[in-house]
Order: sequence, then C-alpha cells, then structure tokens
Amino acid sequence: MSHPANEPDVKRPLTTADVSPPGAVPEGVEAPSGRFRLPTDTLRAYTMIFALVAIWLFFQWKTMGINPSHPWGIFISPENFSNLLQQMAVTGVLAVGMLMVIVAGQIDLSVGSVVGLAGGIAAMMQEPGGLVGALGAAIVVGVIIGAFQGALVAYANIPAFIVTLGGLLAWRGVILGLTKGATIPVRLPFFRELGVGKVSETVGYVLAALAVVAIVWMNISRNRARRRHGLSVPGAGATAARIVVPVLLIAAFIYLMNAGGGVPVPVLVLLAVAILGAFLTQNTTFGRYLYAIGGNPDAARLSGINIRRYILAAYCVLGFLVGVASLLHTARVGSASPDAGTYMELDAIAACVIGGTSLMGGRGTVSGAVVGALIMASLDNGMSLLNVENYTQYIVKGAVLVAAVGFDMLGRRKS
Amino acid sequence: MTTPQTSGAPLLEMRDITKSFPGVRALDGVSFDLYAGELHALVGENGAGKSTLMKVLGGVYPHGAYGGEIVIDGETRRFASVRDAERAGVAVIYQELSLIKELSIGENIFLGREPRRFGVVRWEELYSRAQKLLDELHLNVDARTPVGHLGIGQQQLVEIAKALSQEARILVLDEPTAALTDAEVETLFHIVNKLKARGVGMIYISHKLDEVFRMSERITVLRDGRTVGTNQTSALDEPRVIALMVGREVGDIFPEASHERGAVVFEVRNMTVEDPNVRGKLLVKNVSFSVRQGEVLGIAGLMGAGRSDLLMGIFGAHAGRTTGEVFVEGKRAQITRPSEAIDYGVGFVTEDRKRFGLVLDQTILNNMTLAGLPHLSGRFVTDVDAEAAAGGRAMKDLRVKANSVFTVAGTLSGGNQQKVVLAKWLLTNPRVLFLDEPTRGIDVGAKQEIYGHINRLAGEGLAIVLVSSELPEVLGLSDRVVVLHEGRVTGEFKRTEATPEAVMSAATGHTRSAA
Repeated sequence: MSHPANEPDVKRPLTTADVSPPGAVPEGVEAPSGRFRLPTDTLRAYTMIFALVAIWLFFQWKTMGINPSHPWGIFISPENFSNLLQQMAVTGVLAVGMLMVIVAGQIDLSVGSVVGLAGGIAAMMQEPGGLVGALGAAIVVGVIIGAFQGALVAYANIPAFIVTLGGLLAWRGVILGLTKGATIPVRLPFFRELGVGKVSETVGYVLAALAVVAIVWMNISRNRARRRHGLSVPGAGATAARIVVPVLLIAAFIYLMNAGGGVPVPVLVLLAVAILGAFLTQNTTFGRYLYAIGGNPDAARLSGINIRRYILAAYCVLGFLVGVASLLHTARVGSASPDAGTYMELDAIAACVIGGTSLMGGRGTVSGAVVGALIMASLDNGMSLLNVENYTQYIVKGAVLVAAVGFDMLGRRKS
Repeated sequence: MTTPQTSGAPLLEMRDITKSFPGVRALDGVSFDLYAGELHALVGENGAGKSTLMKVLGGVYPHGAYGGEIVIDGETRRFASVRDAERAGVAVIYQELSLIKELSIGENIFLGREPRRFGVVRWEELYSRAQKLLDELHLNVDARTPVGHLGIGQQQLVEIAKALSQEARILVLDEPTAALTDAEVETLFHIVNKLKARGVGMIYISHKLDEVFRMSERITVLRDGRTVGTNQTSALDEPRVIALMVGREVGDIFPEASHERGAVVFEVRNMTVEDPNVRGKLLVKNVSFSVRQGEVLGIAGLMGAGRSDLLMGIFGAHAGRTTGEVFVEGKRAQITRPSEAIDYGVGFVTEDRKRFGLVLDQTILNNMTLAGLPHLSGRFVTDVDAEAAAGGRAMKDLRVKANSVFTVAGTLSGGNQQKVVLAKWLLTNPRVLFLDEPTRGIDVGAKQEIYGHINRLAGEGLAIVLVSSELPEVLGLSDRVVVLHEGRVTGEFKRTEATPEAVMSAATGHTRSAA
C-alpha cells in the first residue's frame, strides 16, 4: 500500500457519484423490487440454459432425415447424447478446476500441456507401476505442477499469465523429451475403461436412487436447520418442487443413458467432480475466500484472509483435476501422444467464460462452467453430425465465445 | 522578498464561484484573486473546498459545471478542458505528481506537446529546450534521465519546469512540500521567489502555516465552501488563521454520552511506520497511545499526518516496515498480519469502503461474514443458515436498509454500505474497534445513525479508536483526542479541553500537551 492510498485523496466533500457504484440507489430509497424481477445471476443462468436448449433443438431439427432409423433427428438420440457427454467430460473436468483459479483472479494457460505430460507419464508408468502407479502418477504430476506454478504466482509475485504461459511451453518440451516423440498405447484394461467404459444399467439405477435419497434428505435437513436458526422455512409446495424437479431430471438422464448402453464412466467422473467442485466453491470457507480474493483482494486481505495460501490452494486443486482429466483423455484416445491436450486450456477457459465467469475474478459458478463446456461440446458434436467443414467449426466456436461475453456485457450495462 | 503589486488590475479573478455535487454544495459563492508576482495562500480544513476551487480553475470541471466566472487579464474565460486552461497560462501541480516514471524528464515536460515536424518528434530540440528549463531551475540533471530515477523533490521541480514550458503565468501548488526534505523545501522556496520576480502569480495550498506565513503575500481562508476572508499576510498571525479555519460551532448532532470507562484494553508503544516507497522516510514516528474499555479515543490530524498509516501499521496491514509494541489487555501481542490482529480482538473499519472494505459484487451476507467466517460458520464447511441468522440480526441491529441479506452490496447507498462494513467487524467480536473515516461520503442522516452506533458500542464496553478528518466529529464523539502532525503526536486532550482551536493548533504542528 503506497502512502497516498492510506490518506484520502479526495478533498472536496464526497458526493454520491464518488461513493456509489453506477446504478446505486441513493440514500433512503428502496431498490426497485418488482415481484417478478429476477436477480441478475439467476437471469443469466436461465439465459444460458435457454441457449443450450435452443442449440440442441436446432441440431435436432437439422439432423432430421439424415439417418433413416431416426426420422426425428439424431442429435438427442441416446447414442449421440451419450457420445456428446463423453466428449465433454475432459473439458468439463478442466473447466471446474479452471473456474476456481479464474474466480480467484488468476489464470492457467499450461493446462493443455500438463494434460499431455501427466497422461504421458501415466502411460509410461503402466509397466513398472501397474494400475495404481499409472493413475497415481498422473494425479501426482498434476498436483506438483499446480503447486509449483501456484507458488510462483502467489509467493514470487510473478503474474499468472506469464508463469503459466511459460508452463505451456516448458511442459510440452518435457513430454517430448521424456517420450522421444513416441506415442504410448494404453494397455491396462481398467485404465482404458476409464475413458470408454459404461456402467451397467443396474448400477445406473442404484446411483440414481442414491441421488434421489440425497436430494430428499438435503431438503429436509435444510428446512430443519432454517427453523432452528429462526429463518423462514419454505412451504410444503416449494419443498416438493425442489425435490421433484431434480428427481425428474435425474430420471430422464438415467433413462437416456441406459438406452444408450449405460452411463459412461467419464460422465460419472465429471458428475462427481462437478458436485465436489460446487461443494468446494459454495459450501466451504475456501470457496468463499476465493470469491472475495478475486472480487476485491484489498478487502480480502484486510479481512484477515491469507491471500497467497488460498491462491496456491486453488492451483493445487486445479492441478489435481488436470491429473484426472489427463487420465480420462488418455484412456479415451487409447494412447498418450506427445501432442495430447493441445488447446485444452483454451477450451476450459472458454467454457468458464461462456458459463458467465468473469476473467477479472470474483464471479462465476461451477454449474455455469459445466454448462459452458456442454455448450461447446454440443456445437462440436452437432457440427460434426452435419458434416460442417473443420474450418467453419473453428470460426463458429470463436464467434460464439465472443458473442456470449458480448451479450453478457450488454445485459450488465442495462441492469 | 519582492514586493508584490497588489494594486491595479489583477492577473486572475474568480468571481462568485459555485460548485455543487448531488446533495452537497462544495463551493458557495467563493471569490478569489491573484496578482502577478504574488504568492497567495489558500488555507482551510480538509473538505473546505480548496481543491475543488483549484479544479474549477484548472479546467477539470469545465465551464458550465460550475457557477460564477473566471477572468484572466480582464478577459472572461470559459475552459472546456484542462488543455484550455493550460493554454490560458494556468498550470496546476497536484499533490500526487502526474509524471510518468518510465519516461525521461524531457519527454515528461513536453508530453503531448512534443516539438515535431511532419508528425516526427524532433528529439534534439525537445531535449535542448528541456535542458534549458532545468538549468533555469538549477536542477543539475540530464534531461534524458528517467523521472523514476529522481527524488520526490526533484520530480516536483520537473513539474514546475513543465509548467514553465507551457509559459504558465498562474501556477497552483497543492501541498508542494508534503513529501520534501528540509533542504528540498529550501530549493523550492528559492525557485518560488525567482518565479515571483518573473511575474508569475502563484496559488499556494498548504496545511503548514509556518511556510504559508514565510512565503505568502496574502492569505485566503476557506471554510465549508465559503470564503471566510482574504487578508494581507502581515495583518495576520497563526492563531488568528486557525480561528478563521475552524470558526464554527460543534453542532448538537452528537448525542451527549458519558461512558463508563474500564481498564486499559489496548495499548500501543513507540509505533513507527516507514514509507514503503521511500526508504528512510517515516510516516509514523514513535506514536504511543492507549484506550480503555468503553472509551472513544479520537485521532485528529490533517491530511497526510499519518493517521491511517498508524492504524494500518498496528493492524499488520501496512506495506512499509513497522516497529513498536502492541499490548492487548496488558499482554504483548505480536501482530504481523490482519488475521493475527483479528485473533487478538482488533477490528478495523477501514477508510474507503469501496476499495478496502467491501467486495461490491457480493451479497451483504458474504461481506458481513468475511472477517469472522470460521467462527460464524465453520472452519472448513460453511453453514449458510447460521450465517444468515447472524447476518440478519446484525442487519436489524444496525438498521441496514435492504431487501434481504442476499442483496448485492454494490447496489446499496453509501450509508448502508458503511453499516455493512461495521457489521463485518462487529461479527468478529472485537475488544477494540478502529474506525477510519467512518462517515466519509455519507449523508447527514446516516452519519447521525453511525454516531449513535459508536456511542452505543462504547456504552457496551467496546474500546474505540476513531480517526476522522472532520474535526467536529472527532470532538463530538471522543472522550479523549490524540493529535498527529507529520507522523508525530503533537497533542493529547481530554474531552473538556479539546477545543477546535487547540486541536487545530496541534494539528498544524504546535506541540502542546494538555492532558
């Protein structure tokens, strides 16, 4: 903190313009609170879901009649949908980790290279280390690199962009050096299953049933806790809606997946990661501090938060998830090649941004990032079904990214 | 010293200047004039309107944004921009210098006005002209030196060189000596005298009355946006100027409260804080104070006296090196970072709530629980309902006006934002609470509410350390007042002895201990 920062530099009497953000409500005036006015964040989430559904319907309509066995289109058919979700699993897992780093006001550009490196090391560890050695190696590599880069950012004060840009280059070099440019096949059957396997229908139904029980229990215990704290408790109707809507979604999901041969393993991994990520960001002090650090580092520091430690921790969590993603990717492809993971950092960042994350830090949700990844994967998948040329696909995805943020800014200016 | 010509037509006349901000009249019919070759000092308390007046003159507030007229050389001027004012010969040198450290002295002097031919900068001409200006000021450096290599005093002279290069005839110096060493001050004054001889008119804003009396021909005192009086310096003395500066009644918006005072809960001994940017420069020098349970200790002082630096230093949040001892309830407390201060029961409502206090994007609740999260909610897993219950109670206690605890903090008015910051610290269960400018930029109604809360909290046994630039506020709320001047304690007063004149006299550097 420099000296002038501690002494006010505004010597004229302060005015509303100085002390209130644009759009602030003057003293004593209640904010307009129309009954049907949704909070901006909720509105943004609905817009995103709406865009996703619109994309799905568009591709469904466009694929009508392509395949005679699916006269009503193949996009939302069980086989394709299962395929789509498998395709997004890697990006989704990376996006969840990336979200935490971006929320804390940082960035990680090295993710794609580390996916390649961790995947390569996992493939090399199959012979000496067995399954545990291979899987463990990828995770350990991810966490160590995350911790190393995080420490450079948090404790050596090197900008995250620079540290991880260096990482993007250096880790790719390490893979090339280690593998001598060779592609290493995945030999262990279980390893391979991680990428392409599907769980049996029964397991799917059991997991769905467990999820339903968890949702019911969570709603009931939440209501009990609110009563204990003397807060208003939602009525029976609202509680029922909170239970029924997710249960219906779970049922539809399980039905669709089982019709396609069972829930794919990578999709299960993504779901687990997303639930864990949502819990970390929304229900822990760690998550709360990340948002505070990204939103206003000065206020966070003066509130007693150890900023450096939490930034380092965010990079470690991301590193762990990069390890997981590298396993999913290597398993799905069936081998570790030296150029694996190229551009994945950009996919992950794009997923976060499309999902409403601010690159300035402090804003964004795990669910948004996952939906963002789903939107990207849907575009990929749908355009491939339609045999859109490769170059057009790149242009469309780039345009969607810019347009998504553009709309977001427009909406923010109005609100 | 030259004799200024204060007869005949003035170089500058500002007539009946009025400037309003929403809800506040910052300048109310101020008139001010300046003769060629004169140094006219402008003094007043923080917020009296000095800087606003100079911004009107400098074109920061364009014509139409203020009332009244500016006449230079008998001609009415309507500046649309800072550039316009510069062209008319007005140069303002602000307290925080506006030089670009990475550029050379010459580049800074001619920034945006580089001599060029066909759009190509003529470097030789630029540097030779810059060198000539530096020679005139006896500044013995190469014009190609980056400004960042110069000391603050030399940078100040570069600013003056820049003003001279614009052929400024009206030069505004805003607290020019605040960051200078004694030797640098002498150099500056030497140059000021040379400029007077050349017929440059200077407006000099300073809190240091000894300098004002030494250098000025006339003094104008502003108070609450009005001119209190313009007099020949020779007709005034320091006590008289101080009386003119403060001359207002302490309003009765301060609830009379006598607090039951208990034992000393918090004590600071020999606190020293170094400027993180200038090695060896001390912002706070050997300050000691203590505060009792249920007591409000006011810390008064003018801008730059080191009040905020003192609090930041104690709280473990200052970027500069600090030394000194802190005792909480008689036990030595090692505080090197804010989290340790919070653990010792120190709360700190920082100044500038938007910059240091709030995460504006987030809800009232998340802001309120930020500092006390582990004990309000849980060490690792949070409990939103427990938080909402605590936050809801705090919101009711402090009467924060908002729809719910989930309203985004950035949409609140200033007063309500301030209450949220206050709630954040109260929710850490502090034993001693620092309040730094707690009512800055909020309206009178909200101010009075905050005053009420301060008295209530002291009544409940909290020890409070209050820093405020508004003298009536410090005097109206404090049981005891410590006055800082340039980082040093220059006075300590009990409530009954703390008259505005006595405090202002100490704040302008007249050491006195009445306590």
